[in-house]
Amino acid sequence: MLEISPFVIFIASIFTNNMILSNFLGMCSFIAVSKEIPTAFGLGQAVTIVLAITSIFNYLLYEYVLIPLGLEYLRFIVFIVSIAASVQLLEMVMERFLPNLYYALGIFLPLITVNCAILGVSLFMIIREYSFIQSVAFSIGSGIGWTLAIVAMAGIRKRLETAPIPKGLEGPGITLIITGLMAMAFIGFSGIVQIQ
Amino acid sequence: MAKHSAKKIFRLGILDENPVLIQIIGICSALAVTNLMMNSLIMGLALTFVTGISSLTISIIRLYTPKHVRMMIQVLIIAAYVIIVDIFLKAYMPEMSKALGPYVGLIITNCIIMGRAEAYAQINPPIPSLLDGIAAGLGYTIVLLAIAFFRELMGFGTIFGFQILGDWWTPWTIMVMPPAAFFFLAIFIWIFNSKREGEVTK
Repeated sequence: MLEISPFVIFIASIFTNNMILSNFLGMCSFIAVSKEIPTAFGLGQAVTIVLAITSIFNYLLYEYVLIPLGLEYLRFIVFIVSIAASVQLLEMVMERFLPNLYYALGIFLPLITVNCAILGVSLFMIIREYSFIQSVAFSIGSGIGWTLAIVAMAGIRKRLETAPIPKGLEGPGITLIITGLMAMAFIGFSGIVQIQ
Repeated sequence: MAKHSAKKIFRLGILDENPVLIQIIGICSALAVTNLMMNSLIMGLALTFVTGISSLTISIIRLYTPKHVRMMIQVLIIAAYVIIVDIFLKAYMPEMSKALGPYVGLIITNCIIMGRAEAYAQINPPIPSLLDGIAAGLGYTIVLLAIAFFRELMGFGTIFGFQILGDWWTPWTIMVMPPAAFFFLAIFIWIFNSKREGEVTK
C-alpha cells in the first residue's frame, strides 16, 4: 500500500469512507439505538473507545503472533475473541475508575461485541495493509464517523415523530431512506480526500 | 414448541419471518454486496451454508453446553465455519473473495446466525434446526438477489454480468453507490409491509 498520511486516513474515515454510510457496518445497532440523541451519543462514544482499543490489540496480534506462526486463516476467531475480551476488560476498568461513564455506557458495552463495525474495521485494516499509525488513525476516525452519523440520525428521527409517514414505511423503512439521503449528502465530501 | 413440518419452517423463514424484510437483521452485508447479482448469490449461499450447519452443530451439542458460556461457544462454532467458507472462496474463487473483501468475515457478526441459534437451534432437535437455518439463509438470499437485480440492471445494464440493456441505456451511477442500497431495501420493506398489512386486515 502506498504511504497515505494518517491524517488523510483519519479525515477520510470520518467523511468520505464513513463506516455506516459507505461501508454499511454497524447497521443493526444504528437502526435500533438511533431514537434518542443522548443514547446515540453514548453508544457512539463506547464504539469509538472500543474501536481504538481493539484495533491496536488486533494489529499487534496479527502482526506479531499470527503472521510469524503462519496462522493468518485463524484471524476471524482470534479477532472476535480479542474483541470480546477487550470489551470485558474495558467494562471492568471503567467500573473501577470511571464509574460515571460506566453507568452511562453500561448497557451498550456488551452489545458492542457483536457490532459488525468493530470486526469490520479490524478486517479492513488488514486487507488494506495499513501500518500501525495508519490503523490507529483509521479506527479512531471510523469511530468518530460512526458517532457523527448515529447522532445526526437520532436528531432527524426526533423530528420524524410528528411527521406524516406512509404506513408500512414507519420505523426501519423511513430510517433506511433517511440513511440513503445522508449517504448521498456525504458523497459530496468525496472531493476532499479519497482512500480505498 | 410444537413440532414444525419442513414446509412450515421454510414458509416462516422465507416469508412470514424473513430475516431481512421483517426482522431487519443482518442487513450490513445485505446492503454492501448487492451491487452485483453474482456477489449477492455467493454471499447468500455462504450465509445459508454457515447458518444451516452451525444451527445443526449447536443443536447437536445443545444438551451438553453450559448455559452461561453458550454465547462464546456459538460464536466460536460460527467463526470456525466462516473460516472454512473463507478458505474455500480463496482457493476456488479468488476474485470473488477479493470482491466480497471483509464481508465474508463479517458473516460471524451477522445477527441472523446468532438469532437462529438463540431462538431455534438452542431448543430444538438437530434436523429441524438445520432446515430452519437453511430457510433463514434462503430468505436472506432471495432478498439480496431481488435488490441486486435492480441495482445491477440499472447501474450497469447487466444481469449476472450479461449485457441485457443495449447501448441506449445510460447507466445510473447512483445505483452502484451506497445510497441506492438504502433506498431499495427501504422500498422492499415498504412493499412487503403494505402487503402484509393488507392480508392481516382481510
